[in-house]
Amino acid sequence: MSASYILKRIALIFYTLFVVSILVFGITQILPADAAVMMLGENATQGALAALRDQMGLNDPIWLQYLHWAGGVVQGDFGTSLRTGQTVGPALFSALGTSLTLAVLALALMLILAVPMGILAAVRRGKLSDLVVGFLSYIGVSLPEFVTATLAVVLVADLWGLLPPAGYIPLSEDFWGGMQRLILPVCVASVMMIAHVSRMVRSELVDVMHTDYIRAARLKGLTRRRVLFRHGLRNALLPTITIVALDVGYLLGGIIVVEEIFSIPGIGRSLMSAIQARDLPVIQAGVMIMAATYSIVNFAADLMYAWLDKRIQYD
Amino acid sequence: MTDFLGRLLRSPQGALGCLVVGLILIAVIFGPYLTHYGPEHMSPLARYKSPSAEHWLGTDQYGRDIFSRLLDGARSTVLLAVVATVIGTLGGAIIGTGSAYLGGRADEFIMRTNDAVMAIPSLLMALMVVSLLGSNSLNALLAIAIAFMPSMARISRSVALTVRKQDYVSAAIARGEGATYIVLREMLPNVIAPIVVEMTIRVSFAVMLFATLSFLGLGAQPPATDWGLMVSEARQYLHRSYWILLWPSAAIALTAIGFNLLGDGLRDALNPRT
Repeated sequence: MSASYILKRIALIFYTLFVVSILVFGITQILPADAAVMMLGENATQGALAALRDQMGLNDPIWLQYLHWAGGVVQGDFGTSLRTGQTVGPALFSALGTSLTLAVLALALMLILAVPMGILAAVRRGKLSDLVVGFLSYIGVSLPEFVTATLAVVLVADLWGLLPPAGYIPLSEDFWGGMQRLILPVCVASVMMIAHVSRMVRSELVDVMHTDYIRAARLKGLTRRRVLFRHGLRNALLPTITIVALDVGYLLGGIIVVEEIFSIPGIGRSLMSAIQARDLPVIQAGVMIMAATYSIVNFAADLMYAWLDKRIQYD
Repeated sequence: MTDFLGRLLRSPQGALGCLVVGLILIAVIFGPYLTHYGPEHMSPLARYKSPSAEHWLGTDQYGRDIFSRLLDGARSTVLLAVVATVIGTLGGAIIGTGSAYLGGRADEFIMRTNDAVMAIPSLLMALMVVSLLGSNSLNALLAIAIAFMPSMARISRSVALTVRKQDYVSAAIARGEGATYIVLREMLPNVIAPIVVEMTIRVSFAVMLFATLSFLGLGAQPPATDWGLMVSEARQYLHRSYWILLWPSAAIALTAIGFNLLGDGLRDALNPRT
């Protein structure tokens, strides 16, 4: 892995953010919302509205508005919320922290469950456990988050009363209370990925176990277990890194629904309410932060892949 | 063709998928003839009923027959999802094959930009497009089509590039065939198959995305019978009856499973080697 590959990959992140910024700015410009009216209310005088528009630069040509906004974003200034009048950045970044807690826990749960499920299904190919894993994964990829979330709340919280139905307590304040409220959201957010990744692990492992070098290892007299864990798994799990990184994009979308249903004050919920209220600066910042998270995760995954797989030579 | 159908029906996924998707198609086409209740017919005396011979799946908070509402909702939910997927696939296929055809710098530029757009989660993309156009079913359809385009573009480009490198294409070039013949007779049939497989699986995503938009209040509006909307409304009346929530959820899951199975069955039937 050469330095020029890493540099190229970093340039790609910036290009991604540039494209997303133009897209998001374009969409929010067409949105039928007048920032001046939103801030002063429907009954403001024409003079006051005109003065505010002038002051906010809403009369400037669009490219100048874009440069003004993008210049601020580069310096970490995402503007002020039209709804609350507070600066957007700090509020969204603390919401991002909440969402990342949820996302990281969901990813961890997914890895703990999906990888062993995939291995089991591949090793017992065609047997009962393979069928059960396959069946569960079909169900998993076919249930949207709002259905799993609603069913989970009904069963676990309402009917059995095992866990609180919604709400959020920061883990730093009350670890066990916070964890209790995170169990359901984390499970719901990970269902789709568990189903998808376990299937991928299974098919990769089945492919790898049919290669010549695995047969050679078996013929050499190595035990089945050793062949599986030393030779098979290493190569089967490598592509999983890329798949998981791409699934993070899906997870970020799913988190919007999960946070909305479980009333978790994360970035998904902020985005939802901003979209409903047409709070342009918050929408712009939220989408940028989500896209940046996705790009950085995929960058890290590519580096990890290149580092682990010595066969790949990047130039 | 019969050979292909035989292979499709012999695999468990293919057979099950055909069965479920067939049932859904019957519900979409003959829905109104399968029940004698109108989807908006209210009977205040028969609210929150459990399944019975009279109301097969029970009734909801206004005493409306849930089975009739599900059948009615199948039309909008499934049809819109299929149309959205087809539009998204066509758009993506044009971008992807065009990019593969142009090649070189143009290809690099188009695909990098395409990847950049994929950094926005499809649900978020759909939410933004809907808020831009206004919340109704038609705009949700457009939003899903747009949200699908980047990933479909990526897939069709890679398929087109692989097919272009195949020996049978080189053979056709060596035989001195014209470009139209090569594209239409040699490349297109081999490009279509994998794209159709991907499209079938995508329909299940579209059904779920569409239901999610309606659930969040950004797709169909009451008193529509969209399944996502039915789930969202049912949440308020849970203490009276669980059935109102259960049935539309099951309908969404069944449709998604059906199209997933059918897609996997098609893939196996089209690639006899694996």
